[in-house]
Amino acid sequence: MSIELGTEAPPFELLGVDGAEHSLDDYRDAKLLALVQYCNHCPYVLAWEDRLMALTRDHAGRYLRIVAVNSNDVTRYPEDSFERMQERDRELDFPFDYLFDESQALAHALGAERTPEVFLFDDARRLRYHGAIDDSRDGETVTRSYLREAIEALLAGAEPPITETEAVGCTVKWR
Amino acid sequence: MIELLYWEGCPSHPEAKALLEQVLAELGRDDEIVMVEVTSDEEAEHLHFPGSPTIRVDGRDIDAEGANGRPSLTCRIYYRPDGRVSPVPSREQLEAALR
Repeated sequence: MSIELGTEAPPFELLGVDGAEHSLDDYRDAKLLALVQYCNHCPYVLAWEDRLMALTRDHAGRYLRIVAVNSNDVTRYPEDSFERMQERDRELDFPFDYLFDESQALAHALGAERTPEVFLFDDARRLRYHGAIDDSRDGETVTRSYLREAIEALLAGAEPPITETEAVGCTVKWR
Repeated sequence: MIELLYWEGCPSHPEAKALLEQVLAELGRDDEIVMVEVTSDEEAEHLHFPGSPTIRVDGRDIDAEGANGRPSLTCRIYYRPDGRVSPVPSREQLEAALR
């Protein structure tokens, strides 16, 4: 069961593909923080990847940080190992941080279920949008860009037009 | 015989089945689709199941390239003709396998 809207972001300290530890507090300067449950092996993640990268680049700056988090069990899914995360980052030059939640503690704290799955927190780090990046894994048939709309609404001081959607994707691979 | 092997943990098999039925109808075929649920790593290994969905026509995988992937309870990666990733096979792949 995912956390409810209004819930405070859970603290974390996770290793990033840059080799550094990243904590919730490290992102304190960002007005908005989007944690995106992520991985290497899921075709749904791959189908949305370009759009998430584009959205991150469009909003590059201190007011928004997008952070991808891989919590999958790497014993059963070795494609999602930390080394493979680093390879993927080298290959694609992700514009967002990509963190390894090896203990799965963050995924459990968020109640994450799918990859990709978005948790967007406001400047008080309260959850304001949860769910899918947009309404179609096929970029050519998107009619609603849920995450982009939520970001733009919050930056304008308004409520996101849609606050919860169903995340469609692979399951988080629990140990 | 047409088999559609799937894992319930991946949401793509209903879409794959609907597309398969559509292509079969367009080709004027009334083959039965045998649905095979894969529920464990052991079954995935035994059935050489590289991910969900896997479609075989007379035992032959419709995507030869992906057929040799590591057996696993996972969502399978397909590539569209334009190179984009998809969790379901393309209409073109299905048509080619069924002609």
